[in-house]
Amino acid sequence: MLIATGKWILLLIVSFLFSECIYCNSVEQKIYVTLNKTVPCVRLLNATHQIGCQSSISGDTGVIHVVGDDSDLEWVLKTGNTPPYMVLLDGSLFTREVMIKMKDSTRVAGVAVVVPKKGPEGGFSPHQKCPNDKSSVYSNSYGEEYAHCNKTVWNPLGNDLSYEDFHFPIFMMQDENETEVVKKCFFDHNVPVNGSGPSYPLCAMQLFSHMHAATNTVTCMRRNDLQATFSINPEVLCDPLSDYNIYSFLHPVNNSGPKNPDEKVIIAAARMDTRSFFWDFAPGGESAVSGFVTLLAVAETLSKISENLTSPLKKNILFSFFQGEVFDYIGSSRMVYDMQKGTFVIGLENIDTFIEIGQVGLRSASQLWIHSDPVSRQNASIDNEVKNLSSTLMKVGNDSNVPIFEPSFSQPLPPSSFQSFLKAQYIPGVVLTDHQSAFSNRYYESIYDTSENLNMSYPSELGPEEQLEFVTAAAQSLSEVATVVAKTLFKQAGGSEEDLFKVRADPKTVTKMLYGFAIRSNNSWFRSLVNQDVKPSLVNGPPQYYVGVILPNSSPKQKRLIQYVLANLTGTVANLTKEQCQNTDKSGDQNRELYDYFWIQGSVPLNGSDPVSYCVRSTVRLGEAVSPAFVLKQYGALNYSTWTESRWKEIKARIFLVSSKELEMLTLAIGIAILVISLLVTYFISTKADILFTVSREPSTAAY
Amino acid sequence: MTVCVFFGCTFIAFGPAISLFIFTVARDPLRVIFLIAGAFFWLVSLLLSSLVWFIAVQISNKENASLQKGLLIFGVVLSVFLQEAFRFGYYKLLKKANDGLMALNQDDTMPISIRQLAYVSGLGFGFMSGAFSVVNILADSLGPGTVGIYGDPPHYFVSSAFMTMAIILLHMFWGVVFFDACEKKQWLSLAVVVCTHLLVSCLTFLNPQYEGSLIPAYVIAFVMGAWAFFISGGSLRNLRLCLTCKDKDFLLANHRPR
Repeated sequence: MLIATGKWILLLIVSFLFSECIYCNSVEQKIYVTLNKTVPCVRLLNATHQIGCQSSISGDTGVIHVVGDDSDLEWVLKTGNTPPYMVLLDGSLFTREVMIKMKDSTRVAGVAVVVPKKGPEGGFSPHQKCPNDKSSVYSNSYGEEYAHCNKTVWNPLGNDLSYEDFHFPIFMMQDENETEVVKKCFFDHNVPVNGSGPSYPLCAMQLFSHMHAATNTVTCMRRNDLQATFSINPEVLCDPLSDYNIYSFLHPVNNSGPKNPDEKVIIAAARMDTRSFFWDFAPGGESAVSGFVTLLAVAETLSKISENLTSPLKKNILFSFFQGEVFDYIGSSRMVYDMQKGTFVIGLENIDTFIEIGQVGLRSASQLWIHSDPVSRQNASIDNEVKNLSSTLMKVGNDSNVPIFEPSFSQPLPPSSFQSFLKAQYIPGVVLTDHQSAFSNRYYESIYDTSENLNMSYPSELGPEEQLEFVTAAAQSLSEVATVVAKTLFKQAGGSEEDLFKVRADPKTVTKMLYGFAIRSNNSWFRSLVNQDVKPSLVNGPPQYYVGVILPNSSPKQKRLIQYVLANLTGTVANLTKEQCQNTDKSGDQNRELYDYFWIQGSVPLNGSDPVSYCVRSTVRLGEAVSPAFVLKQYGALNYSTWTESRWKEIKARIFLVSSKELEMLTLAIGIAILVISLLVTYFISTKADILFTVSREPSTAAY
Repeated sequence: MTVCVFFGCTFIAFGPAISLFIFTVARDPLRVIFLIAGAFFWLVSLLLSSLVWFIAVQISNKENASLQKGLLIFGVVLSVFLQEAFRFGYYKLLKKANDGLMALNQDDTMPISIRQLAYVSGLGFGFMSGAFSVVNILADSLGPGTVGIYGDPPHYFVSSAFMTMAIILLHMFWGVVFFDACEKKQWLSLAVVVCTHLLVSCLTFLNPQYEGSLIPAYVIAFVMGAWAFFISGGSLRNLRLCLTCKDKDFLLANHRPR
């Protein structure tokens, strides 16, 4: 019988393991409504400060209050009688004054920001007024009059909100339906009646975003090291912001052989990252996408014509896409450090000139501006080179109907990767932007810097695949800039005048790139360009360009997309099988030193259903974009980026009803009363048991 | 609803049961053993009935809500019958164990009477039944929220705790009445126990109208309690003696060591 029972129990256990939740009336489902589509604000640290938001370890709970105007804010901060409050903030009130008022108050448990589709009319930038001021090349020892934006305030709309330290969680509500649910709960339970407070039970929200790191990077890294040394199960508290730079040479350069000191290289650079107040949400239309899409078009144009030229180019061109530039120039400072140490393919002495494409998407009156460094131009030879470069640019621009100007007054460089190179050595170079002084971008490094900010508009009747092919005005504008830059690079590299007409950027490619990078990355063109590993990261919306951290065992991020697009645009098809293509064995094949091979998906042919895959050979490589401060382990370094991102266990948000403290105390009092009464009664009964139950005489305890 | 509600509901639900355990069961190891065995028997009966219900649900149409409700009612009724069947089975097992226990005891007398066994086994059934009723709810009451965002009544936790207290007391009284009926072969009393159990369980389908299930449950508990009291040898005269503290003379006259 025992065996039979055992078999039954085993069957029970097995069936419970494989069961789903049928007819699940779990109590938790009665209590909580989870909010799934929210974006948190996380804590970032640098050598001296911590910024961002923090919640308590078991989440912050507050009574919901919808704040749409100042009287609501008054209720939260002063008059409401059930603090702490969880503020559901309307997007128009997401300003510095309101946030600082709430930061100073003890009655605010957290904020959930409802973000509208379009940004406020006057512009909004939570970034600094003077971006990357601490890591700028202009300091007290170099160009003192230009330091700290004394001459030009680049981001006048900046309100520094992203660089404040909040002690409560701030989330962004992305989904309208969820916002409606929260508002409905508020209007059903929390609305004050006739000036007096609303009655319990009240609708409340709880936000979890507990960050493990604190104080600054030095402290956090020290704690990491302590954990690694002494703990059996070491826990990492923060990770340095890091990713990979992407670079590609026009003519292949031997990766491991000795460097040729006579080789002259022109660097064409753009940045690929951006940020916003919230974590991993950075659409970066004008701040990043406009720049690197233009550079991708330049790279394609020059690669296509470099085979059939009447006379070859005398100088090589390095196309670099820098990562982490928002956070004190992580990528570019690392490349400069590698060049100084000799671990990069070329050295600083090989650099001939430097052209950077900054924000070029919003050209008012189609003007393009050239910025150069006034301090290095005090050197005559540098000044000559820059003058040559500028005149080439302006001539090419005039011929191509793109008016290019230089500011008539002495102005420093805008925040750009070129500044990292200038810190190491005087290099002649320019930065191209669409703004003369202050940014034209009114939503710099914010959640509103989307494709709408770039004025990308499509006719409403087009579907996704038709929108992919439709050439917008923005794409046309960027392809004109790309043509100008490509022609300038061509002439600067010694290209002949007869071939100049061949240099033209294709607007069709530019618009496809703009569509994929700013509106929807899951489109047929991108799907045909990538391989199986990257395909799952293509989404039905715009990709995000926050630099993030490199975690072990993590999936490849969206930035690989730029690598594959560049490989496809600049590379050639190689006649190799899949095994040969993916074989990373470098021995024996000379080409492996010069090129990199990618096995990509390919597009579906017209009369087939399966995509035809093939191997692409290109010079695209990845360079580690980890700040030299972490390589040298000088976490308090002031001349390198020291930004780290904290780690966390869970981030979630939910709403529910809460009852008053009095009711809870009453329940506890009733419970204690019942316990005490039952203890007394039971004691009474058990001592008098003989009297009460006289018939049940127990013979064993009878005395007689 | 936070720690206060958690402790309040725990004390409400398990207060009487804990005090009964502390004062009457905990000192005697034999009673503890039989209490735990009784709890185990109830557990097995629940597992069996839930297995039957589970299989029935898996092979039925999951979309049909009224069918699922019907299956639930069927499951509850089956569970009641199985619990009472296992109570009967436990009684039979204890009767068989009596001989063994007598042999073990040096005095050659019963170390524990059948009436005490009835009480202890009923309490065991009650503990396990109460635990399964309310532990899930108590765990969720620790969080910051209370029931109600979907429109459910807000006094869910307290009502569940009071219902659990009633069920535990009821199981104890049912145990006493049941064993006594089996001893005296009064099958009518047996049927009454089963019927009241069925009634109390099915009344819970009236929830969320808690008045419909709580008040009858407490009325039935009071009636069963009185019945069990009279069965175990209590009488109104004894009760009056105790309450008016005239028992001291009685005690001295019938002095018995503890």
